[in-house]
Amino acid sequence: MAEEVKLFKTLSSPFALRVDWALRLKGIQYESVLEDLSEKSDLLLQYNPVYKKVPVLLHNGRSISESLIILEYIEETWKQDPLLPQDPYARARARFWAKFGDDKVLPSLWTAFISEGKEQEAALAEASENLQKLEGELNGKKFFGGDNIGYLDIALGWLANLITVFEEISSLKLVDGERFPLLLAWMKEFSDVPLIKDCWPPHDKLIPRFIARRQVYRMKSSST
Amino acid sequence: MAKGGEVKLIGGWPSPFVMRPRIALNLKGLEYEFLEEKFGAKSELLLRSNPVHKKIPVLLHADRPVCESLVIVQYIDEAWPSSGPSILPSDPYDRATARFWAAYIDEKWFPSMSGIARAQGEEAKKAAIDQVVEGLSLLEDAFGKISKGKPFFGGDTIGFLDIALGCFLGWVRVTERTQGLKLLDQAKVPGLAKWAERFCADSAVKGVMPETEKLAEFAKLIMAKFRAPPPQ
Repeated sequence: MAEEVKLFKTLSSPFALRVDWALRLKGIQYESVLEDLSEKSDLLLQYNPVYKKVPVLLHNGRSISESLIILEYIEETWKQDPLLPQDPYARARARFWAKFGDDKVLPSLWTAFISEGKEQEAALAEASENLQKLEGELNGKKFFGGDNIGYLDIALGWLANLITVFEEISSLKLVDGERFPLLLAWMKEFSDVPLIKDCWPPHDKLIPRFIARRQVYRMKSSST
Repeated sequence: MAKGGEVKLIGGWPSPFVMRPRIALNLKGLEYEFLEEKFGAKSELLLRSNPVHKKIPVLLHADRPVCESLVIVQYIDEAWPSSGPSILPSDPYDRATARFWAAYIDEKWFPSMSGIARAQGEEAKKAAIDQVVEGLSLLEDAFGKISKGKPFFGGDTIGFLDIALGCFLGWVRVTERTQGLKLLDQAKVPGLAKWAERFCADSAVKGVMPETEKLAEFAKLIMAKFRAPPPQ
């Protein structure tokens, strides 16, 4: 009996992209369902009633939400090509840094991207500090996972994609080769991995979307 | 009690996040040294062991630090797989469900709880309380579906989600007392109300759940510091 694996996503969601990458890494056949977040489908609302967000993974009729949780589910359900190391300590480190990426790195970079003036200066300083910590964690490895990409590369992979987008739109230099040589090298290595490259969101579609999102935030903050 | 090798936990008695690994270690029957941080001053060991966040709890296992409470709980489950019961369920979907609600508690529910004390004015306070009550209603629903008639989210024994939510019960009681509220209302959340009693009475929890009185005194202390004018 064929398994039903569906991924509810959007074109630009970096969180949904993680799930694409994980499923492909494991060679799992799945169907993508593109959502319009301005008009969420009944199915999305049914499968993720708490957050009403993408990504949602549907596996044989049961839904799983929250991208990092979905990654762990995929890892535990399909045992081939493991994403996480075997050693409990190494697993704990990977989980710690993935959480750091979501809780600290992404918000600080996002704020640096959408804000202006003094707020932007402060956000840039914080973002740089956070990126330095990731630089340290790479510590001479090709990937965060070692010789091959793993859970943490997938969890942080949005950096390889969005940094370029943010830098292009804002003319800021967020990850420069002088301060972050390892991170810059990792971004290139990661993007060049065939299965990653294969589902890279189209750059020309992302640029207008993120310009528009920045506009919305700037208008909201200036109207207070 | 089984020997856990060299296990230390850096923490503080009032912190619900510190309570999580303590309960996990208790469930596994593991001995550990509790290194209590003094409130207001971070030790050298803490700063060295958790340079990224400089926060408690930090588990030190053979001097290797593990940080972030739920990461620590999962580590304890994976590093000592044959000691005591499994903390996370065995089925991947059940594990995902437990992780989902634990993340919800940390990202939405607990922040809304701490929002009550911080709310300025009657309207803001009411809105904050409504948020917490709504969250509890979601969790009541989840409890019904996940426990399937058993005493805990984890089934017959305390598990990951019990630990994730239960650690806040002391603070729930303090909030009920200081705000004159009934949050774990038998009428509104009967499942959770009874679960809370069972959780607090469990042998893995009893010794590490602070007394409400002591916690209320501590809360007054930190609120005073929070509201105090900055030093000259």
